[in-house]
Amino acid sequence: MTFDNEFFNIGYLDRLSYRDTVVHRLDPRSKVIVTMLYVLTVVSYPKYDVTSLMPLFLYPILLSALSDTPFLLIAKKVLIVSPFAVFIGIFNPFFDTGTIDLWRGIQISAGWISLLSIMIKFTLTISAALLLIATTSFPGICHALQELGIPALFTSQLLFLYRYIFVLMEEAMRMVRARDLRTFGARNIGITVFVRLIGLLFIRTVERAERIYQAMLFRGFHGKIFSIKQHSLRPADTAFISLSVIVLVVLRLFNLTDLIGRFVQGILL
Amino acid sequence: MHMADAMLSPAVGATFWTGSLATITYCSKKLREYPDEKLIPLMGVLGAFIFAAQMINFTIPGTGSSGHIGGGMILAIILGSRASFLVMASVLTVQALFFADGGLLALGCNIWNLGIYPSFIAYPLIYKPIVHADGSLKRIVIASVISAVLGLQMGAFSVVTETMLSGRSELPFGTFVLMMQTIHLGIGIVEGMVTAGVISFVRNARPELLERLPTAGTVTAGASSRKLFVTFILLAAITGGALSWFASTFPDGLEWSIERVYGKPELPDQEQGITAVLKGIQDKTAFLPDYNFQKPEYAGQQEKPSSWPSVDAGTSLSGILGAGIVLAVVLIIGLGIRAIRGRRS
Amino acid sequence: MSHHIVAFENVFFSYPDGTEALRGVSFRITHGESVGVVGANGSGKSTLLMHTNGYLLPRSGTITVGDHELTKKSRQEIRKKVGLIFQYPDDQLFMPTVFEDVAFGPLNLGLSPERVHECVEEALTTVGSLDLRDKPPHHLSGGQKSAVAIASVLAMQPDILVMDEPASHLDPRSRRALISLLRHFHHTKIIASHDLDLVLDVCERCIIIKGGKVAADGRAEEILSDRKLLEENNLELPLSLQRRGQSPGGDMDEITKLHHLLEHWAEHNTEHARTYQEWSKKAESLGRPELSALLKMIADETTSMDAHFRKALELCR
Repeated sequence: MTFDNEFFNIGYLDRLSYRDTVVHRLDPRSKVIVTMLYVLTVVSYPKYDVTSLMPLFLYPILLSALSDTPFLLIAKKVLIVSPFAVFIGIFNPFFDTGTIDLWRGIQISAGWISLLSIMIKFTLTISAALLLIATTSFPGICHALQELGIPALFTSQLLFLYRYIFVLMEEAMRMVRARDLRTFGARNIGITVFVRLIGLLFIRTVERAERIYQAMLFRGFHGKIFSIKQHSLRPADTAFISLSVIVLVVLRLFNLTDLIGRFVQGILL
Repeated sequence: MHMADAMLSPAVGATFWTGSLATITYCSKKLREYPDEKLIPLMGVLGAFIFAAQMINFTIPGTGSSGHIGGGMILAIILGSRASFLVMASVLTVQALFFADGGLLALGCNIWNLGIYPSFIAYPLIYKPIVHADGSLKRIVIASVISAVLGLQMGAFSVVTETMLSGRSELPFGTFVLMMQTIHLGIGIVEGMVTAGVISFVRNARPELLERLPTAGTVTAGASSRKLFVTFILLAAITGGALSWFASTFPDGLEWSIERVYGKPELPDQEQGITAVLKGIQDKTAFLPDYNFQKPEYAGQQEKPSSWPSVDAGTSLSGILGAGIVLAVVLIIGLGIRAIRGRRS
Repeated sequence: MSHHIVAFENVFFSYPDGTEALRGVSFRITHGESVGVVGANGSGKSTLLMHTNGYLLPRSGTITVGDHELTKKSRQEIRKKVGLIFQYPDDQLFMPTVFEDVAFGPLNLGLSPERVHECVEEALTTVGSLDLRDKPPHHLSGGQKSAVAIASVLAMQPDILVMDEPASHLDPRSRRALISLLRHFHHTKIIASHDLDLVLDVCERCIIIKGGKVAADGRAEEILSDRKLLEENNLELPLSLQRRGQSPGGDMDEITKLHHLLEHWAEHNTEHARTYQEWSKKAESLGRPELSALLKMIADETTSMDAHFRKALELCR
């Protein structure tokens, strides 16, 4: 049943991206640029940085609030999709056994700190990616990429991929269900059945591609897919980009967490 | 296995993005030279096919656990090097967005690891020579398994290299390599078997289908495969050059792996000259001054745990305090906006 | 311009594997006619449709569309006139958003961006789907998809609409909506379908294809109420006629048949009256008062015939 789950998950995220909020109305280009800058900033922190990363939570939280993106959705996704980061990061506490004094003799192994840093970076970068797709329609992202210099051939076929993901997943789901109904509880598909299933799906796919090509020909296609410019950079976009850049640079240059911490500590102690 | 943003340093991420983007641009340009109107819709729909196929789990023979296919070799065999690379890059892009598989910075690495090797090495240099023009089932199976295994081995080694160069992980190089290569040996064999199965199934069921497909600009074996090889070496050299430049500009990753490779934190003597020059550039171009780029000793020191001691007990406490406060403020802002928006609607 | 908009003359076609799909098909369709093409599976319906826009070229015989005889050269020109709508809208709606999909054809025709916007809006308004313009096709229901597929073809402003099984995947309500949409088009229509009720509702003429030949050609009401003819061609009476025909006597007698025919005629009459009225207004706006007045008269007289039909229907009971 994982298949059905995945299918509906993608569908849900996809539907979110077609809503209409302040964030959705921004030009896709500005969101792509800011997301990339944000991710670069996050990963630029050295490996033992934990506390100085905290202010960067502002971006995903602000964006999800302004775009009415269900916070739980992002949290849940971040939790499930981290095999690699956890798998590799989990070794840090074992191999990096140097200790760090936290406070008055409480010590912690440096490996735990770097693991924590990895997990925080993971959370931040993944939520940024998810928020990009939850607030920007995929066609919007493709147009943005094309306007930012990615070749049109690549973006055109990427758009076809997106258009037919849902159609083909439904077709695959029907095939898997039909197989499930006739195997009475055998959990997984054996490799020979799988190969035939995929082979069949492949044949249907190629036939579909031919029909699509026909449909394109019938509507006057002769080699080039034209597109009408649908987005334009407005003052809101310029403001969004410049504000993000300023905030990111300031946060990266000054350790806000440390400043606030010292200030409060000074008052308290 | 997908690379993740959190394991990358900006330098490594950016370098692999550059490599992948250059290849995407190159392939798109080349495919434009052999225009086949059918190709674009076919590529797109086959990308969707791979995407859907990856979501079907099957039982891995002899283990009882379940797995799914990658599809890189299937694409390469059907579409040829360039088109298959673009399709694989697209599939990974959609995954990075919808599944958050790895993240956006790591996407450059993932396109490199899972796209370049099957499309530009395993397929033209291994699969094609073995299968020849009209290969028998035996040849298809052998060629598929070997090329899938080698493609994935190279990809896995790439993951290790990227991780090591980024220096976020503490895993020793040897252990990591051994682990990754072994896991991917198994994955590769299964992938190869499935690839052979699907290709021969389609060949038997609908032979004319494979012949009708437009494989525009497929690199043929022989002269052009040599050309391809040279191109690839060149590309690798350029990327490598860029990588070392970046890495020395942003030293946190490279020095760490150098330390592993040479067993000591310093580079061998003859490299000192270049490093010194790069160091000069770096001093002039350095940004983010708190990142300690301008440390006088260009050695592995600042990244060892001992770098933390500059953080004494007092500042660690302030760090924790500050973190708590910042997080609380951020959360309050988020909840506040939500509350206001909720009331308005 | 010739009077006949589509003419097939002794058209033969066989597929590369040797299957003879068309074996001497001839018919002529005039401006504004709507023609249903029916026949059992494999009778050659789809092959016939593929010839109307030159996707397939006849092995022998001639096809004329408008002023052009179909050849390899003329087919690009013919495709602008003939809008072909597929059975499965998923194959036809290949662009990522409704707007881009409907704009695909006009853009290929080389229209200016402003003109493209106009065309798209006009086409989407005609099928009542303007509010869907920014949606991706996979968020649409089956009915919406087929409406948008029609819009994507209408945007190219074809003279002739050709449809393959337009309602096969629609729920009853969407099917009904499609039928009323089709009835309001003034285009020449060629509709291939197994849905004989749809053909009966939309088309005034019907052609039965069997074994790659025209087995019958005539008024839809007459052909589709001829049980014997239909059964010979592996078809059966449209459901609406079957239901009405289930009188105690079993088979339909002539009077019941006349009753159905009258119902259809009456329906068409009202519709024709409305069309005349519309064109009368159009003629006036084009500065042709004389023509407009004449059309108005025709419209009024047609409307007055409604009473005769009602009377005749009563007499049939």
